[in-house]
Amino acid sequence: MEFGLSEEQTLLQETVNRFLDDNANLDRVRKYAEDLEDFGADIWAGLAELGAPALLVPEAHGGIGLKPLDAAVVAECLGAHVTPAPFLSTAVLAVTALSTAGDDAQQAHHLPRIAAGDVRVGAALAHVCGARGAAGVSAGDGKLSGTALFALDADADLFLVADDERRLHLVERDAAGLGIHPLPHVDRTQRMAELKFDATPAELLPGSADGEACRAVIDVGRVVLAADTLGAAQSMLDQAVAYAKQREQFNRVIASFQAVKHMCAEMAGAIEPSRALVWYAAHALDAAPEEARLTACHAKAHLAETGEFVARTATVVHGGMGFTDLLGLHYWFKRIGFNRQTLGGPERVREEAAQAQGYA
Amino acid sequence: MDLSYGPEYDDFREEVRGFIAKHRHLAPAQQGVRSPQVKEWQRLLIANGYAARTIPTEYGGYGAEPDILKARIIGEEFAAAQVSAGLGGQGISMLVPTLLELGTEAQKRQFIPQTLAGEQVWCQGYSEPNAGSDLASLRTSATLDGDDWVINGSKIWTSTAHLADWMFCLVRTEPDAPKHQGISFLLLRMDTPGIEIRPLVDMTMQPNFNEVFFTDVRVPKDQIVGQRGEGWRVANAVLGHERDSLGDPNASLSRLNRLIHLMQTETVDGTRPMDNPAFRDRLMKIQARVMAMRFNDLRILSARLNKADASLARMITKLQATELRHELEGFAIDVMGEFGLLYGKHPHVRDQGSWQTQYMYFLGLIIGGGTSQIQKNIISERGLGMPREPKAVVKAEA
Repeated sequence: MEFGLSEEQTLLQETVNRFLDDNANLDRVRKYAEDLEDFGADIWAGLAELGAPALLVPEAHGGIGLKPLDAAVVAECLGAHVTPAPFLSTAVLAVTALSTAGDDAQQAHHLPRIAAGDVRVGAALAHVCGARGAAGVSAGDGKLSGTALFALDADADLFLVADDERRLHLVERDAAGLGIHPLPHVDRTQRMAELKFDATPAELLPGSADGEACRAVIDVGRVVLAADTLGAAQSMLDQAVAYAKQREQFNRVIASFQAVKHMCAEMAGAIEPSRALVWYAAHALDAAPEEARLTACHAKAHLAETGEFVARTATVVHGGMGFTDLLGLHYWFKRIGFNRQTLGGPERVREEAAQAQGYA
Repeated sequence: MDLSYGPEYDDFREEVRGFIAKHRHLAPAQQGVRSPQVKEWQRLLIANGYAARTIPTEYGGYGAEPDILKARIIGEEFAAAQVSAGLGGQGISMLVPTLLELGTEAQKRQFIPQTLAGEQVWCQGYSEPNAGSDLASLRTSATLDGDDWVINGSKIWTSTAHLADWMFCLVRTEPDAPKHQGISFLLLRMDTPGIEIRPLVDMTMQPNFNEVFFTDVRVPKDQIVGQRGEGWRVANAVLGHERDSLGDPNASLSRLNRLIHLMQTETVDGTRPMDNPAFRDRLMKIQARVMAMRFNDLRILSARLNKADASLARMITKLQATELRHELEGFAIDVMGEFGLLYGKHPHVRDQGSWQTQYMYFLGLIIGGGTSQIQKNIISERGLGMPREPKAVVKAEA
């Protein structure tokens, strides 16, 4: 019996963290955040070399054939470093969609390219996790029409798009009738776009006809978002503790004040069970499919709450410095805020958790 | 990640289930410590290795090798079957492990078999009116007079003092030593002259606790565990057990399931609380937390098995689990509204009034066994490496 990460997973975690420490520190993240021409290509290429986009791709298609828990481990590292990388949309959502709903030819064409890091894939799923305003996509005759708000990875080469019936499609970046309109938003470590489709040619993933594949893709995505928040929250706690140990007021380090210590203890108290929940939810995606929807929803919603609490509390521990751009703590604060809304905010996701048990 | 216990353990689980199915008619419905049925059940459990499992046979135990998973399976199966898993209490959960580790051979033989059999019931004398969170400042004194310790002072929060035959307690024997080094761990009979017990009624309106007063109470000098002045270390050898036992995630799960049942059967304006989105949202929030605590517990279990580090996961358990239970019980009261206020005997009372009782009881547990604030000190100091609060300057007399 072993509840936790295997030796291989711990090694994966250390490898990714080391790469990000060396190649994607906060200065590098800032550069990406401030320069729209910076696509973070070096970071993604480095992650690709470590196998990040190949993680969930089956070995038959040039991938590593690992499990969602391995993806969660990587996401935790990315969240901890507020890394600008299309990991969620490319390595998780697109790969899961292709693996579960793509036909042989589609898998053989796309998966090896994704695994090699040659193609980055965006994902337009927001309108099936609560369509805002007039957002919606209709499909017919191999073409898409309508608007998808809040597509992940504005810089992608290819987009995974759900239509209103939850069928899944792939759309090339340069497809006729596709408009890509970047949306400025608070978390500048990730780029979102509004996609407009005007009879845009799209490639249907045939296994997605009943909408179940789309739901499964969203389940995996939610767990990975929860893992990203877990990493970001742990990093914020670590930064708060380190800061409190060196910052002096009233002739003492502020880490010796109970008011400060108790805030940090409360953060640890929220994070530890959250970590176990994320690990279990990731494990359940392939090991316990009958409870996977429920645990994915709970992981997503619970980490949204843990994340919000830690983001606020860790910022407060930093005092005025926490509020400045100088320190850059806000990148983590905003990443957690982004993850909270993406693929369904906590109230919606909790309602889906209730539905999964027949309570609603 | 591998959550299976393995085939050997699956067989063991079947064994436990078989035992319970065959013998459950003998199990006592209520834990009255004195009843012959309770003692007979305890004897049967020990004989089969389901109680006192790892305690050596010469001290009245079953004498099995320690096996974390088997212990776990026993706990799970008796809980699931809602059958008594035998005697508990501070004698069995705290004193016996302490004696096994630090007692003399004579003490082990005198106390462990009788305690396990339910013939000797114990209470714990640690806290005092002026020594709560700062337990080491306790002032109940014991001085040697000939062959006896002579004890004076008082203890508080002593649950089961009125039922106990014996007390294990902390007393100050070295008044001039630093506070942690002046304490000794003594064992004494509750019928010793000079002991007075006064029941302490708590907010549940039950006398769950007592105050115990000592006036020149004489105790033979060999009834000390460890050496003079070592009592703090002796007591701390097993304090960890108590903190762990306060956060049983399976108990929270069974209360959650009861709460779900309540939300599906009560009605407000003809509608079930489960059909009210606000209540449903609160339920889902709590369910996620109960789930997270169960997985946190599995992680701790796994770390014990595999000698991995989960010390922070363990340190936060008492804090998180007691706060969560208090909230869960309080939520059920909100679900019932005015029905939730009913307390006592009346046909309208739901679940024997257990929601109010537990709501209050868990407020007590947030305070007892190391308050939430003390837990936060422990987490921040031992878990996060933050410094202790500097000693306060003693205030000058006005």
